Amino acid sequence: MAEPVLSVKNLTVQFPTRRGVLTAVDDISFDIMAGEVLGVVGESGAGKSMTGAAVIGLIEPPGRISGGEIRLKGERIDNIAPDAMRAIRGRRIGMIFQDPLTSLNPLYRISQQIIETIRTHLHVGEAEARKRAIKLLDDVGIPDAARRIDDYPHQFSGGMRQRVVIALALCAEPDLVIADEPTTALDVSVQAQIIDVMKELCRERNAAIMLVTHDMGVIAETADRVAVMYAGRLAEIGPVRDVIKNAFHPYTQGLMGSIPSLTTDLDRLLQIPGSMPRLSAIPKGCPFNPRCPKVFDRCRIERPDADPVAPDRRVACWLYPEVTPA
Amino acid sequence: MLAFILRRLAQSVIVMLVVALIAFMVFRYVGDPIASMVGVDTRLEDQEIMRDRLGLNDPFYVQFGRFIGNAVRGEFGISYRLQQPVSQLILERLPATIELAFASALIALVFGVGLGVFTALKRGSWLSGFIMSASLVGVSLPTFLIGIGLIYIFAVELQWLPSFGRGQTVDLGFWRTGLLTESGLRSLILPAITLSLFQLTLIMRLVRAEMLEVMRTEYIRFARARGLSQRAIHFGHALKNTLVPVITITGLQLGSVIAFAIVTETVFQWPGVGSLFINSVQVVDVPVMAAYLMFIALVFVVINLLVDILYYVVDPRLRVDAAGGAK
Repeated sequence: MAEPVLSVKNLTVQFPTRRGVLTAVDDISFDIMAGEVLGVVGESGAGKSMTGAAVIGLIEPPGRISGGEIRLKGERIDNIAPDAMRAIRGRRIGMIFQDPLTSLNPLYRISQQIIETIRTHLHVGEAEARKRAIKLLDDVGIPDAARRIDDYPHQFSGGMRQRVVIALALCAEPDLVIADEPTTALDVSVQAQIIDVMKELCRERNAAIMLVTHDMGVIAETADRVAVMYAGRLAEIGPVRDVIKNAFHPYTQGLMGSIPSLTTDLDRLLQIPGSMPRLSAIPKGCPFNPRCPKVFDRCRIERPDADPVAPDRRVACWLYPEVTPA
Repeated sequence: MLAFILRRLAQSVIVMLVVALIAFMVFRYVGDPIASMVGVDTRLEDQEIMRDRLGLNDPFYVQFGRFIGNAVRGEFGISYRLQQPVSQLILERLPATIELAFASALIALVFGVGLGVFTALKRGSWLSGFIMSASLVGVSLPTFLIGIGLIYIFAVELQWLPSFGRGQTVDLGFWRTGLLTESGLRSLILPAITLSLFQLTLIMRLVRAEMLEVMRTEYIRFARARGLSQRAIHFGHALKNTLVPVITITGLQLGSVIAFAIVTETVFQWPGVGSLFINSVQVVDVPVMAAYLMFIALVFVVINLLVDILYYVVDPRLRVDAAGGAK
């Protein structure tokens, strides 16, 4: 089996606060292969964005990685010097943020921002960088890129700006792109285009994508595998088709059930009763136990780990006996 | 852009006219100009003739029109006290005030922005805490006290720097400068620091607050995620975004520095426009006071205009109606 582009093992992110230490990401492990799209899905506060921030080394203090390791193509990157990490950001890991209206600096031309990024990471001259920047804008589907490159961000629409953001994330041809809710702030009509552009460009460059979103629809259409997070922990991970068709974890089942469908007729939308616990009050045992329809005694006492239960599938639930791979 | 500047120019003219009206009223109606000019033993008939010759019996608007006409040509009459044309008095003393004001504005800007950035980036360090506490002193201590304190320490006790005057000056024909001689430069240090201290702390606290705000924005996070160097992020992306409010305050403060150099000039016996004004107030030298009022208003109006133009230069979003439509 080939080496994964990104390998996260037992990652834990904690925030010391006045009322004790909050654990935002709790002991999660996953791999992403080259060219693969891993969807990370969960409610707000489930720790999915925090996981992305941890991978690219941008957790805001006082938060910190307090355990586990992150490897990029086998090299550890969670404990390296800030300068070394900065050389990786943008160069080997690109990131796309949620809101294209705020992720570009309003006072600089698009050309300045792209050329600056290219020249930070690659040894090319101004003219060559500009040529590449125009090519990139062309690739992400900005019409008349050669002329529009010298415009300011406010002269573009939201969708166009997100294309610029994608161009910026990809301009040094990274191995991995972390897309944190890349379509959430956009019109529905533009969302699909943006996802297509992002996926297409990453496929051409054989870059892996970690797609963080709460939109199951986007995951279903885009991702190869999906990781479901709940209260900072990994609930379930597996190939997207299998997880959607045959969810194991009761939380995932609830999540799938709550997506309205045209083929079934319902009077009310299904929902999971209750809400996700605050980080300061995560229940003992399985964090989902107070809301789980299939809860039994063990769930309230012992915490389940995300263990393999079927080929390429892991789930953190006591309903499923661990299967040791042969 | 041009339309914008023309519009602002028109507004500036209106402001100046209003100020001129006030200056004129001070000039004309605070006390009797004739009484200030003549001795007690001048006969009433002679006073009446004089009044007539000077046009003081003309209708109000004629007099005001004449005042404006003279003001535009830079004529504000003769100083009662010094018996010299007011415009000449002001022009003679202007270089001293301008040099002092720009020196202190430079100090305030360089150290204000520098320390503001520093305290914002090193928020937790003890040095930032110390600078922030010290800046409270700068904000709250009155200027004259700081000036006297500095004189006591550096002129009286340590005897490093002169305590008053401008030192030797060099006459460049149109401008008497103190910047070319050693004694002139040494004399400038204490008053410039005194005058700058308030603006310095103000700018520093403003830059710090703006920096903290900007550092939290998404585009700074995105700049980090692109792996840009710390320097490019802090001084390229962050600092530039703090500039619009900083330019506003700094510009207006530069006006205040010139206008309120009065106190500093008095403390340090600085031969500038401010001390000329103070001396004129003491003897009710109305023409000088009126001219000073007009001069300070002009300074503020010009600076405001420059500040507005600078906005355009810094923030492309403001250029929208000018350029955006075409693209």
